[in-house]
Amino acid sequence: MSAILQIEGLVKRFGGLTATDHVTLDVREGEIHALIGPNGAGKSTLINQLCGELVSDEGTIRLAGTDVTQRPETDRIGMGLGRTFQIASLLQESTVRENVGLAVQAHVGHNMRLFDRRMARRDVWTEADAMIAESGLHGRGDTLVSDLSHGEKKQLELIMALAGNPRLLLLDEPMAGLGQFESQRMIEQLGALRGKFSMLLVEHDMDAVYALADRISVLVYGRVIMTGTAEEIRESAEVREAYLGAEEDV
Amino acid sequence: MILVIEQLLNGLQYGVMLFLMAAGLTLIFGIMGVINLAHGALYMVGAFVGTWVATETGSFWLGLPAALVAAMVTGVVVEALVVRRLYARDHLDQVLATFALILIFNQLVVLIFGRQPVFTPMPELFSGSLEILPGLFYPMYRLLIIATGLVVAIGLYLLINRTRVGMLVRAGATNRDMVRALGVDIRLLYTLVFGLGALLAGLAGYMTGPILSVQVGMGEQILLATFVVVVIGGLGSVKGALVAGLGLGIVDTMLRAFLPTLLLHFMEPSDAQAVGVGVSAMGIYLLMAIVLLFRPKGLFPAEG
Repeated sequence: MSAILQIEGLVKRFGGLTATDHVTLDVREGEIHALIGPNGAGKSTLINQLCGELVSDEGTIRLAGTDVTQRPETDRIGMGLGRTFQIASLLQESTVRENVGLAVQAHVGHNMRLFDRRMARRDVWTEADAMIAESGLHGRGDTLVSDLSHGEKKQLELIMALAGNPRLLLLDEPMAGLGQFESQRMIEQLGALRGKFSMLLVEHDMDAVYALADRISVLVYGRVIMTGTAEEIRESAEVREAYLGAEEDV
Repeated sequence: MILVIEQLLNGLQYGVMLFLMAAGLTLIFGIMGVINLAHGALYMVGAFVGTWVATETGSFWLGLPAALVAAMVTGVVVEALVVRRLYARDHLDQVLATFALILIFNQLVVLIFGRQPVFTPMPELFSGSLEILPGLFYPMYRLLIIATGLVVAIGLYLLINRTRVGMLVRAGATNRDMVRALGVDIRLLYTLVFGLGALLAGLAGYMTGPILSVQVGMGEQILLATFVVVVIGGLGSVKGALVAGLGLGIVDTMLRAFLPTLLLHFMEPSDAQAVGVGVSAMGIYLLMAIVLLFRPKGLFPAEG
């Protein structure tokens, strides 16, 4: 299976602090690759490096074989990178439909064009409606985002990330703040996307990670200490020691 | 009664000017998070360049596109050379850098146009007065300013609510991270917004020319009131800029026109004059304090 994302020796320093320290990992086509690690391990820094929000000090990032290390965020998204945020990033005072419509139109042609052809605009809303209809937000297109539950906002953000038909999805703690029922629903939704999209899943919820991940990488103090299957990670003494402490179960 | 209506129209005209300035400033602040003190300098650039062209050609109407283009091009250059480096900086850095731009622009204008105030020629078609009510003759040029403001307000409404790039502008005003994550070229969006804001400032500056003198530092005089409009209207809200601009223009004009006379009923003439002028000058700031007391984010904040 070829890799959609290849990271080699990626480094980011903030003054004397090395947030990511020669990180090397890859995400294969259609794979869900989870990235776990304690708070402060460098996960968010790595996500921001991958998106292009942060410029890396060393190393390379390849997206579908192309070196994008020096490319701006816009280029990377244009090449098939999609992302969600830890705290859902949405237009709160707009409807679900308007948010999805914005995401769809941002990916249709040149997004700075002043006007659309009428046909193109109709297509945007048709596609937005279709995406909502297929999702867990079916029938809620006219609801204001501020009236959605936290779980629904997370779902909406996922729909918007999918609107760009990304080749690689960066999911930054999609389970954060969700209750048990909502987490289960999100796991099912992400599971249903398996094989259609490649995903790098940053997550603290280990139940979700074990349920979803094909492979798991463990990041501690900015370094990847191990990459393996859920079983291998569970059984690794090194991971136990470094990640949660020797006496705890991972 | 005629005097009240006349002052109301004067307030409306001043409010339109404030709106033209505040519309650009609120978008720049709301979308880019930049406190741009140099916005007044763009107003001045529009006024000077437009007036120069109008004087040289003898045509007010040829000066108009010159003012718009000069302000917009200056704005785009300023954004590309200076403001772009300030997005990630804190507000103090932005204030210092854009204050430096004010000083630079003022000196450049002195070097190019001199220190003497100049007047923009009034367009002949609008040089007279119109009897809008029996006995009330009102300068047609001031009516033109009011009409221009309303046309710009409608145009901005259509641009922001009915176009594709407007959708991104609205989204950028409420959630920059999301717009970036959608793959929108945020740098280009910022440049477009800055250029649009500069163009509106240039329009306001040039339209002011025939009724106020065009002089070095004219931008600073209107800038403070413009910031008050932006704060009262809500950061990032063009609708807020319109409502607050017109409201503040009317309140400011009415206070200055009538408060000293009203106070004559309660105090000595000399005291009434002094207190009236003082309170009138404070009027818009008092109004801002009252609005913020009840609506801390302004009247129509762009919600994130």
